[in-house]
Amino acid sequence: MSGPDRGNVVINLFECKGCGLCVDSCPPKCLELLPELSASGVHPAQYLGKACTGCGICFYCCPEPGAITVYRLTPPPKSVPPGELHAAAL
Amino acid sequence: MAIDSKTSAKALEILAAGYQVSHSKSPAFYDTYERKGDCKHQTHYCPGCGHGVAHKLIAEALADLGLQDKTIFVSPVGCSVFAYYYFDVGNVQLAHGRAPAGATGIKRTCPEAIVISYQGDGDLAAIGTAEIIHAANRGEKITVFFVNNAVYGMTGGQMAPTTMLGQKTTTSPWGRRASNEGFPLHMAELIATLEAPVYVERVALSDNKNIMKARKAVRRALEVQRDGIGFSFVEILSPCPTIWAKDPVQARKWVAEKMIPEYPLAVFKDKAHEAIENRAIPQRSVQDVLEIRAKDDVPLTELPKHSHHAEDLRIKVAGFGGQGVLLLGQLLTEMGMREGLEVSWLPSYGPEMRSGSANCHVCLSQRRIGTPLVTRPDVLIAMNEPSLRKFAAQVAPGGLILYNQEHLPQDLHLPHARVLCIPASEIADKLGSSKAANMVLLGALLEATHCLLPATAEGVLTTKIKKADMLTWNCAALRAGREFMDNLTPDGTITRAH
Repeated sequence: MSGPDRGNVVINLFECKGCGLCVDSCPPKCLELLPELSASGVHPAQYLGKACTGCGICFYCCPEPGAITVYRLTPPPKSVPPGELHAAAL
Repeated sequence: MAIDSKTSAKALEILAAGYQVSHSKSPAFYDTYERKGDCKHQTHYCPGCGHGVAHKLIAEALADLGLQDKTIFVSPVGCSVFAYYYFDVGNVQLAHGRAPAGATGIKRTCPEAIVISYQGDGDLAAIGTAEIIHAANRGEKITVFFVNNAVYGMTGGQMAPTTMLGQKTTTSPWGRRASNEGFPLHMAELIATLEAPVYVERVALSDNKNIMKARKAVRRALEVQRDGIGFSFVEILSPCPTIWAKDPVQARKWVAEKMIPEYPLAVFKDKAHEAIENRAIPQRSVQDVLEIRAKDDVPLTELPKHSHHAEDLRIKVAGFGGQGVLLLGQLLTEMGMREGLEVSWLPSYGPEMRSGSANCHVCLSQRRIGTPLVTRPDVLIAMNEPSLRKFAAQVAPGGLILYNQEHLPQDLHLPHARVLCIPASEIADKLGSSKAANMVLLGALLEATHCLLPATAEGVLTTKIKKADMLTWNCAALRAGREFMDNLTPDGTITRAH
């Protein structure tokens, strides 16, 4: 895919408990657990830096209210290309 | 909100690159969780706990539907007891299993509020079974989110009513057996068999697709309440990685592989589109309820003229079953209602009152009555000796005792109260029926205390008693009681035992 990714995601290392559910649920598999431990002693999740579609499923799978913020390029895509599931469309 | 500098720098960078926030912490959550301990930036839930996801779905729906400011969230007992630390809405936490009962009261007093009862399976399906069944059966217009993880999580993994056959817990170490522990309870199906519930669905936090279905169900349930349609119930199958001793990803899979086959996902009931009968309580006036007719001498509108000298009057009426004890209490309360007072009547039922002592508690007050229970009566009407002996000591100092005999028993000394001995049964008998003794005592009470108007008593009797001769006896007995009091001289009025 050319150009910038449609989505982006920021994980608050302070709030993440390292459960790994976001990593497991991410459709394009663009999240991972860091090998290093965070201040609270867990391996927090982080964005690999590319391929995020902004679907938001990681947000819904994450049990922490504020650990994940998902971004989308503006204007957001009006239709979802086939094969790429967006959270709201699932 | 607590955020590390690296995270906030990253966020700014992304926004500068032309991205917009599409999913972020719901405004229905507090920024900081003012809870015990240091971790005010995180929930207290274990990593991978389903409660967090359920909370997020609810919070998002409340914010999106614009309901946050009118929501009252009822927390249960269980891991989610601390939901009030997270949801920036009205919060109440209730005793184990009682959330639907409390939610009923809240919703009925604040019908405009969105009332959510959030409960786990130990709370809702074990100790609170009665509360949920009856709230559902009454069709309370509340929303219940039932988070089912098939185990008692907070207390360390004991067997719950929802524990599945073969599932090992600390209290079913060989696995649950139907022969010994019974079968798992299917709450959604059970609730759906009731007539009143409007919307009942079971969802699961097992995978992406089901989480999004859960999101939809949460919104639907809240919409049903927002639109005032009726009772909505969403059962949420939820992972408990800690107690199940699985990592969060495995735990989620376990919901899909083990729980869903036992607890199938479905909309069990959705009759939100059916015409809902108007359940509004008919507003009737006191006159209507009391069947006060125009022929009564004492129309309600004229009554507040009577100046009630006592702010509160707590009365206990006691006697043999059949003496008209409960009826006397009812008449007093009805008279109070007619005179615009707050009233309560609490009968004491029980097998012991059959051919024994029956009694009732009556409160007449110019203020709202806190409790109908009368433990220190201002007035005791004792229609027989056992009642006198049982209750005389309870009478408040300076109170009044009306005793249905000519004399007190020889051995009884009651210096703390004013005692009036009235041979009410004899007086009534002479008038035609000893059954009207209660009316004699009522007449005496009115004359002795002026707590209510005699005309009100006659008005009530006229409404209540359809048979002409009965009405005559009772009115005569009432007058006889008043006359008995009038004929007592100031000295020696009170017959006391020596």
